[in-house]
Amino acid sequence: MTQHTLDATGLNCPMPILKTKQTLAQMTAKDTLEVRCTDKGSTKDFIAFCHQTGNPLLSQEENDGQFIFHIEKGA
Amino acid sequence: MTVETPNNNGLTIIASKGTLDWAFPPFIVGSTAAAMGKEVTIFFTFYGLGLLLKDLSGLRVSPQGNPGMPMKMPYGPKWFQAIDFAPKIPNIMWNIPGMELFATKMMKKTMQKNNIATIEELRDVCLEIGVKLIACEMTIGMFGYSREDFIDGIEYAGAATYLDVAQSSNHDLFV
Repeated sequence: MTQHTLDATGLNCPMPILKTKQTLAQMTAKDTLEVRCTDKGSTKDFIAFCHQTGNPLLSQEENDGQFIFHIEKGA
Repeated sequence: MTVETPNNNGLTIIASKGTLDWAFPPFIVGSTAAAMGKEVTIFFTFYGLGLLLKDLSGLRVSPQGNPGMPMKMPYGPKWFQAIDFAPKIPNIMWNIPGMELFATKMMKKTMQKNNIATIEELRDVCLEIGVKLIACEMTIGMFGYSREDFIDGIEYAGAATYLDVAQSSNHDLFV
């Protein structure tokens, strides 16, 4: 189980989602990914993305203008 | 006769517009849908075909007959950037030669300042992520293009191919 990180700060829709998808594709099941972004739409978009793709969204938080998501790579 | 059942996992889009603003929806929705696990096919026809050219420098946006387009300057102090000139400028002004290029430059600058991905970037991601891009063969002939004008990695076909893919997709858009 490896923890990966992705810095998507400064990027706008749909780039954070696309970069996340590309990063997840290189991970193995049960690995976790921390994504940081500044795109306000991402708070809803990551819920939808994780729901659709079967990669559980473990947590999401806002810290100092950054949105941080923890995603587990689904089986 | 066999009828294909929708696989509940397909998105098909017809991209028919060739302006800078209308170039975004097919590539944004297409790439995002592919990232979310859908099988995506975009069929580029008529003016939309221009979105598959190697050279995208001809992509423009026109305020002519487009009263919904805000006209804000990407330069200057904050109060100045907040002014929307669109309702203040008579539409006939956009007939003046050079105004369309000016509006396009302003739009590109605004996008760049807001860190919006360019059409080239979005198109590359689409190909990378497995979105199928189909150029309408009929339009190529009609507008006098040749295959060398287009980027690599795309397919060439006609309406029947589009309809065949759309038949088994559960999500179909016309842009």
